Amino acid sequence: MNRIIIVLFLIISFVYSYGQDTEKNNLPSVNIKTLNGETFNTAGIKNADGPIFLSFWATWCKPCIKELIAVDENYVDWQEETGFKVYAVSIDDSKSMNRVAPFVNGRGWEFEILLDPNGDFKRAMNVINVPHSFILDKNGKIVWQHNSYSPGDEDEIYEILKKLASEKK
Amino acid sequence: MNRFFLTIILCFHVLFPNISFSQNENKKDYGEIHGNFEINMQTYAEDSLTGAEAVDDIIRTNAYANITYVKGNFSAGIRYEAYLNTMLGFDQRYNGQGIANRYVTYKTDEIEITAGNFYEQFGNGLILRTYEDKTLGTDNALDGFRIKYMPVKGIRITGLIGKQKLYWEYGPGIVRGTDAEISVNETFKKFEDKKTRIIIGGSFVSKYQKNLDPVYNFPENVGAFAGRINLSRNSFILASEYAYKINDPSSDNGNIFKDGNALLINTSWSKKGIGILANVLRLDNMSFRSDRAASINDLNINYLPAVAKTHTYAFAAMYPFATQPNGQVGGNVEIFYNMKRGSLLGGKYGMNISLNYSQVNSIKTEKIIVDPDAEIPDLDGYTSDFFAIGDELYFRDFNIEIHKKISKKLKFSAIYMYEDYNKLVIQGKYGTLHADIGILDFTYKFNSKNALRIENEILITGKEPSGEKQDYGDWYMFTLEYTSSPHWFFAVSDQYNYGNPDTQHRNHYYIISGGYTKGANRIQLGYGKQREGVTCVGGVCRNVPASNGFSLTVSTTF
Repeated sequence: MNRIIIVLFLIISFVYSYGQDTEKNNLPSVNIKTLNGETFNTAGIKNADGPIFLSFWATWCKPCIKELIAVDENYVDWQEETGFKVYAVSIDDSKSMNRVAPFVNGRGWEFEILLDPNGDFKRAMNVINVPHSFILDKNGKIVWQHNSYSPGDEDEIYEILKKLASEKK
Repeated sequence: MNRFFLTIILCFHVLFPNISFSQNENKKDYGEIHGNFEINMQTYAEDSLTGAEAVDDIIRTNAYANITYVKGNFSAGIRYEAYLNTMLGFDQRYNGQGIANRYVTYKTDEIEITAGNFYEQFGNGLILRTYEDKTLGTDNALDGFRIKYMPVKGIRITGLIGKQKLYWEYGPGIVRGTDAEISVNETFKKFEDKKTRIIIGGSFVSKYQKNLDPVYNFPENVGAFAGRINLSRNSFILASEYAYKINDPSSDNGNIFKDGNALLINTSWSKKGIGILANVLRLDNMSFRSDRAASINDLNINYLPAVAKTHTYAFAAMYPFATQPNGQVGGNVEIFYNMKRGSLLGGKYGMNISLNYSQVNSIKTEKIIVDPDAEIPDLDGYTSDFFAIGDELYFRDFNIEIHKKISKKLKFSAIYMYEDYNKLVIQGKYGTLHADIGILDFTYKFNSKNALRIENEILITGKEPSGEKQDYGDWYMFTLEYTSSPHWFFAVSDQYNYGNPDTQHRNHYYIISGGYTKGANRIQLGYGKQREGVTCVGGVCRNVPASNGFSLTVSTTF
């Protein structure tokens, strides 16, 4: 009996107590990589100027590329209006990982590109398949997510970014 | 017993010093629960023309649920899986249901400890990669302990031990490994702001499996090591890894004692508007499993990435390359080019073009004849000249892709692909065949929400000396896909094997499907016939049998 009480006590104390960061980031802390192979902790996905568009993609995924092209086509306007930032996390594994840098630069995308070759961040975010996109507010809280892409989805993305940007003011 | 639990509480206080037992804080943090669900169902009806088979239980289900709990530095997760019964095309040893994966992790900036199941990759995975891929039905997770330690910024050390998952059981071998990586620029202040970035890493993996063979004296401990370097300057990147494996007789290599080795070189250069990449991979006797008798995709400790480009259009992916762990040498070159807006070919919206060539051959080998009178017989099997290329062609792919926006409403992609495919080596069927593939894919946007995609594909195989068409002959495919953003899609498609040399089997494989997506919730329903084929991810492949029936997929992330 004592044992059960102690275990319960332990669980309650564990659940009820610590952590009171008001600036808490909703993103899990996972070590992935930058394009030149350096380690990047996903807790560092931040944007002080506005919302974040976080997209899981791969060079072999057609709808993912269509989605990123749509965001890229509107990038300058949306950036000006909402101050948003794009993080595109490639889940290409070691087979196609080296395609990411020339692919992205060839298209002239001005996104923050990260590499998740063994799906560690993808798993931590419970992403099943790509494309899967998230929008985070400036406190790093996930406010929207969407799986798959159809032409026109960028309008919904834009609406949410705009809303978040106006809340900021 | 009480003392034991008090000790645990004490330990928790050391580990999580900011836990307090009072509740006087304004904001309570209960931690967070996240997860996902995915349910795939398929009915199976017989179709004598396509070879689709019925199943006694009519309907089959593969379903998964992941639940993760995160609170501060602590996280834990489980995955429940149910295969009732396993869908055709996946290993039937999955049949059943239960907790397939569970772990707890404690992580700070300095240290990370995981107990239970974990996925890990050393370097490019040449000597160790555990991963899961539901489309392949692959899950070689280790179950054991893993520690990651970062003593100073830029230096990472990983150590692990465990047994590998084999469907609902574990393989017989124990896997132990360690990896260390140093990022020179992050570690040494002197190089902090240098443009040239250097990362060096090395790893060692060893497996232990008891030898129960009455005849062979198999080594019980087999080691493999690898070294890697990643060099980059501005947009030039060179990443290379070399791996070496000590004698590892297995059913894969015919129980020879030869050492194995692998060399991978990836290099790329890019600037705005242009990107170029080249890679080379040579493998010699590099199959590495935690059971020397295992086959197909079971109990792989390492991952050998295919060098060829991954194609996603149905016909471009009809004859996919799969890595040949026993020996292959190959290379791949690709160029991406973005023609500017307003240029001659670029037109009003610019044009995107890419060229790719890859080729994979056998390695050059010389068989060792075993001398029965020798005191110590040479059981290496063969010798191989590292710098020579074998005569047998496994795979060749040249392709050109064009993506262009014509107007605000119309976009298209066009692809031509020239392929030579050694089906006998890669799939164990037929011989070598040639295929020419053409793809035209138009997307027309009616307005900001509604779009129609029209996809045409054609595949033409070469001819045998007898004049007969190779393999299944020629194919044509037509797809119509209507999307209404952000929720709906409907699609019809037909693959028509009009050029099958066996006129009885000039089949249509039609599929009708529709789906609804809301946020991260997705439901998709389909009906139709699936042709027999191969699904590949990263050079690892799975056979998909012909099927005929309804399919349903429901997935959600929360």
